[in-house]
This record gives sequence, structure tokens and C-alpha cells, in this order.
Amino acid sequence: MDRLEDKKLLKIKHLLGIKGMCREDLELILKTSESFKQILDTPNKKVAALKGITVVNMFFENSTRTKISFEMAEKRLSADVVNFAASSSSLKKGETLIDTAKNIEAMKIDMVVMRHSTPGAHKMLMENLDSVIINAGDGAHEHPTQAILDLMTIVEHIPNLKGKRVTMVGDIVHSRVAMSNIHALKLYGAKVQVCGPSTLIPKDIEKMGVDVTYDLNEAIQNSDAMNILRIQLERHVGSSFPSLREYHNYWGITNEKLARAKNDILILHPGPMNRGVEIDDDVADGDHQVILDQVLNGVASRMAVLYLLSANIGGEK
Amino acid sequence: MKKMINNIFLSEPAFKPAAEKLLIKNGTVIDTSAEKQYKADIFIVNGRIEKISENIKAEKGCEIIDAKGLYITSGFFDMHVHLREPGYEQAENLVTGTNAAMTGGITSLAAMANTTPCVDNKFILKDIQSRSKELLVNVHQIPAVTLKREGKVLVEMTELFENGALAFSDDGNGIESSETMTGALTYAKMFGTPILVHPEDHSFSEWVMNESFTSTELGMSYLPNIAESINVTRDIEIARYVDGKVHFQHVSAKESVELIRKAKKEKLKVTCEVTPHHFSLTDEKVRTFSTDYKMNPPLRTQEDLDAIHKGLKDGTIDVIATDHAPHPSEKKNVEFDFAPFGVLGLETMFSAGITYLVRSEKLSLMEFLKKITANPRRILNLDADLLKKGKIAELTIFDIDQKWKVDRRKLKSLSINTCFHGETHYGKVRFTINNGKIFRA
Repeated sequence: MDRLEDKKLLKIKHLLGIKGMCREDLELILKTSESFKQILDTPNKKVAALKGITVVNMFFENSTRTKISFEMAEKRLSADVVNFAASSSSLKKGETLIDTAKNIEAMKIDMVVMRHSTPGAHKMLMENLDSVIINAGDGAHEHPTQAILDLMTIVEHIPNLKGKRVTMVGDIVHSRVAMSNIHALKLYGAKVQVCGPSTLIPKDIEKMGVDVTYDLNEAIQNSDAMNILRIQLERHVGSSFPSLREYHNYWGITNEKLARAKNDILILHPGPMNRGVEIDDDVADGDHQVILDQVLNGVASRMAVLYLLSANIGGEK
Repeated sequence: MKKMINNIFLSEPAFKPAAEKLLIKNGTVIDTSAEKQYKADIFIVNGRIEKISENIKAEKGCEIIDAKGLYITSGFFDMHVHLREPGYEQAENLVTGTNAAMTGGITSLAAMANTTPCVDNKFILKDIQSRSKELLVNVHQIPAVTLKREGKVLVEMTELFENGALAFSDDGNGIESSETMTGALTYAKMFGTPILVHPEDHSFSEWVMNESFTSTELGMSYLPNIAESINVTRDIEIARYVDGKVHFQHVSAKESVELIRKAKKEKLKVTCEVTPHHFSLTDEKVRTFSTDYKMNPPLRTQEDLDAIHKGLKDGTIDVIATDHAPHPSEKKNVEFDFAPFGVLGLETMFSAGITYLVRSEKLSLMEFLKKITANPRRILNLDADLLKKGKIAELTIFDIDQKWKVDRRKLKSLSINTCFHGETHYGKVRFTINNGKIFRA
């Protein structure tokens, strides 16, 4: 796996989003992820695949999990890693994103992992840099590596997703995780459903080929897997829903509600969790959840993405 | 200290003095005021129309413009422009802005008051008037409705009216208080001037695009149509109550078009305008993430576009105006969320109309031209009947078949933020004449 020329190539040159990707690319990433996952189980945990490659993690929005996961993935691949963090607002006042990125690139880097609050910021980066760009989240648009790790986790338990129902629960309207997941799950033939209060379901989402329900009990009964999205505590109380209490009562996942679910229902959560709001303790730590599998798969699948995309270093845009 | 030269004032006007005697021959005259079209020559002496008739013989020393295959109409009027002077001259100034206007065939324009400082008193109004009086293009500066466009205290409307204000507008801001709006419309009634309203309810959260399936997929913050139509409803009710004149700027939502149609049926003094981008493009364009598609109001959906075309056709929409909003590239070339709202319009108003409305048979040439000549002048209580002996020759001469490629680098505006870059447009202005001056494309 160390030799770049041996590997199969992805059709994409950068990972900006799941939309527009083909299933073969996703399958190749998942397959590669499985191999890396095995390596993560060995005592050494490390390969030399990206030796000599420099990756910059540019995080213009707070992140703990995704940032550590990417950094871990890069280090397991023996890449040289540089971290850059700034709030988008400070960027807004001073240097432009393009200038910042070009300055960093002038120091000779190969790949950029970026999180940014604005949808499409990565496209701008791609148009202005020669580096390989990986989207670690852009506003409420896409978070492709999250969708890949979620898909990997689901497929580990449900190898054939065709016709299976996966439900995204909660704040769909502000969720890049939901968007990327919908695109990925559709590529795998799953029936996708979104569930949450009507104020958190975005306009015309049915046009993406998903079902909409406001009734969590209905969703629990018909789902094979549920991905529970985080409620941003500071953001919503007001015109989106009346109170966290009401949210928890009607859209929080509890063991009582899960009693009506299929026996082998999977519960995912992209984290960080608000225990007692969108998910109860006994579910978060219960038999159905695969939340820590998601975290480990996150490292493995990000290794796969970095490794596969590194074939494009120095290539055409 | 020596006087410093500010290089923005080094912008060169694009017009030349017209010949003392000028004869436009062999063209087709379209009189949008009388709704007539006929073959005629136009003879101009010292900037005024001397004669309009067939086969005028050229006098000695008379300059001739051969308008064979071309149309001649009263000069285009753009009643919604941001010239950015004073305060934002890195985006545009009076000279570059009017250069752009005459390139697009526009001989008169209404400039909005969201400058720094805001045009909310006689002194700034007179300053702009005096600095624009030598230009080819008539710059009608529109003062704000309220001090600093804050929506609280009315400007000194009577004095501003006596100093040439044709209308008042807080453009860029909706007037939040219904009471202030009622006061403004009542007060302006004394002089018969309209209030030009930017219909937007600002209580909706911050947004960057239209609410639609596109915003859902792009994960962008959005503004629903009703943020516009709610204010349209309110101001129609106020106009009804005070019998005032209200003109809705840059209507974009299908709901607004329907409300205005109903208000007109009820004979209320309500008029409205639409921008070229709102009759040409949909919010699908935002998928490119180009900030050239970020404007206020946002690009809407095909359904809204259809309603706008219908409203243009049946006369619900009176006017096409550009909302020309220049921004320097360093301000626009940033992440979508951080870019300012606004796109250029002056140089593409005519060609967008020909391309998207006339050629696609949404409007006849006469219907389209009325909306950029006679109608805006009437709304602002100006003389619209310009093709007459003795009137100042304010004319635009154009070719409706000529193709050209919109290239942001070739625009006369100081800024380059056009939403039509790269498109092939039909319709090219060849000559723009006004105030004894001429622009040749």
C-alpha cells in the first residue's frame, strides 16, 4: 500500500462533497478504509503511504473530533502535518481566505483539509490553489468524510443497503451531515427519510428523493438505522422550537421509544452528543449504538481519502 | 500643504461634444410616449431637436449619423442606480458610473441615497447635482426618506423637493415602522412624489440567497419570498389609506407581482420595477458559488421568473431598472457569506431585455422600450414626450440584432461584478445623445 503507482484511482481529484460522486468511488474508499482499519488494529498502527507529503489542516470553525480525526489519519499515514486554526470572523476582518491559503501553499504543501462556515468555500480554494482539497465541512452544505464514515459504519452491519431505510433525525436544515449522508445513502440504494420538527426540515427536501416525517415514533418503527443529529443548543430555541424539553419529549431518542423499533436497529450520532436532548444516556451507551465505531471508522476512512487522493498531488486541477 | 490629486477624479468621461448641427438619417424612430414607430430623420441643432420628418436634407457643415438598420428612441432611463459617490469611490464614481450608463444607452438615471454620508439633506443633494451637471447623463439624485436611512425621522422633504428631488427612497433598507411609512407617504403626497420602497422585512434571519430547493442542497442561509411580499402588502394598505404614491423597487417574488396586480386593479397609486437579473436568471446560478449571483433581493426560482414575465407583459410591472450596485473585486472575491450584495446593471440592461424578453417573445420591442423610457419618467413626474421639436435631444440609437459577448474586463464601470459575464447578448447601443453631448460605441 506504500506505493502510489499501484493504487486504483478515484475519479474525483478533490473531495468537495458527496454530490456528484459516483458509487465506484465510494466503494473504493470504503474498501480502502477497511484495509486501513485493520492496520489501526496492529501494534504499529502506521504506514509510510504519505511520507514526504505535507498536509495542512485549516479549520476556520471550531472542531475537536473532526480535526483530531484528520490529524490522526495524516500521522498514521506518515504525512507531515501543519495545523492552522482561526475563526472565520477574524479572517473576515483581515486577510482574505485566498491570500491566507496562497501564503500557506507558497511554503510547499500538497494537501489541504479545510473546515469553513461558508458553503462553497472549498471550490474557491480549489480554483486558486494547486493542492488537493478535502472538505472537512462547509457551512450547512457538505461534510463528505462524515458521510463516508457513517456509510462505512452502517455497511459493516447492513452489507446490502438496497431498500433499507435510514433516517436522519433532528436539525436537518442546518446540517451538512444530513446533506452528505443523503447523497451517499442514495448512491447505495437506501431509502432515506428525514425526521424532525417542521421548522428544522428545509424547503423542498423531498426533491432529493427522501421521505419526510415529523413523527419520531413512526420513523423509529420503519427504520433500519437512525442517524441522530446534534441540536445546537445556542441556536434554536425561539422560532425553531419552543424548548429543549419539548424537543426531547418528541424528538429525543429514548429507550422507551426504541422499544418499538426493529430488533437490530442501528443508532448513529456524528457527535458531539447532547445527552438528554437528542439522545438519552441509555441509548447513547446502549446495545444499538455504534457511535464509537463511527469514531474509529472516521480515522480509517479519512486515511483512505487522503491516501487515494494523494495520487493527484502535482496533477491537474 | 499642496493640493493633493485624488486619482479617482482622473476618470475620463466617455462622451464628446456633439456637432452644432447633427442629422440622424435613415433610422426607425420609436416614440414610446405616443407608442408609434415610423421612419424618419432627426435634425438636431445646438442639442435641441429642430425637426423630425422623412428625408431631411443635410445642411452645410452638418454632421450626419447614418442610422440605417438602427432604431432611435428617447434616451433610456434607469430609475435605480448606485453611483457610490460620495463615500465608496473605489467601487464607482459619477464619471465611471455615467460612462457605464451611456454605454448602455442610458441618458438619465436615478441615483440612490445609500452613500456615505447619506443623501438626507439639501447640502449633499446640491453637491451631487453640481458635480454631475456637466455630464451627458442626467443624474437625478434621490434623497433618503429618513435621516441616515434609519427609518425613524423623516428628511426635510419639502426643501429637498424644492431643490429637485423627484422621489425619496431608503433603498437597501425596508422601512420597519408602519407609522413612519404612513407619515412618509402622507407627507410626500403634498408634492406628488412617490416613495420608492425597498420591500424587505428585516426580521427574518441573516441570509445570502433565496429559500428554495437550491438553498436546501447548498446549505445556504435563505430568505423566503414572503420577506418581500409581506412589506408589499403592508405598503399597499398604507398607500390605500393615505392615497399615497408608492413604487416598489426590484420586485422579485411571484407573490409581490400578484399583490401589485390586484392593487392596480383597485386603482391604487402603486407602481413597480424589476431588474434585468430578476427577469433573466434563477437561483440555480448560485450553485456556482460565484458571488456575482449574490444580490438583494436574491435571484428566485423559475416560477417567480414566469410570474415576472407575465407581470411585465400585462403591465403590472411598469419599469425595468438595474439596481446597478458596483463593488470592487476585492470585496466580491471572498467567500459567498462574506461578499456584499449587488451586481452591475447599466451596461447590460438593454441587451438583457433584448436577449431575455424581446427575442424570446415575452415582450414586444415597444413594450420593452416603454419600461426603460416613458414609464420611469412618468412615475417620477418628468416629461416623457421627448421626440418633439424644441426638446433637448435625449436619444439612444441602437441595433437589436448585433451580438456581443459580455466581458467583465471590458466594462466601463469601475467594478466588474456583472452576473452576465461570458453570456452572448443581442442588442447593442451605438450612439447615446443628451445635453449637446454624444457617446459613440
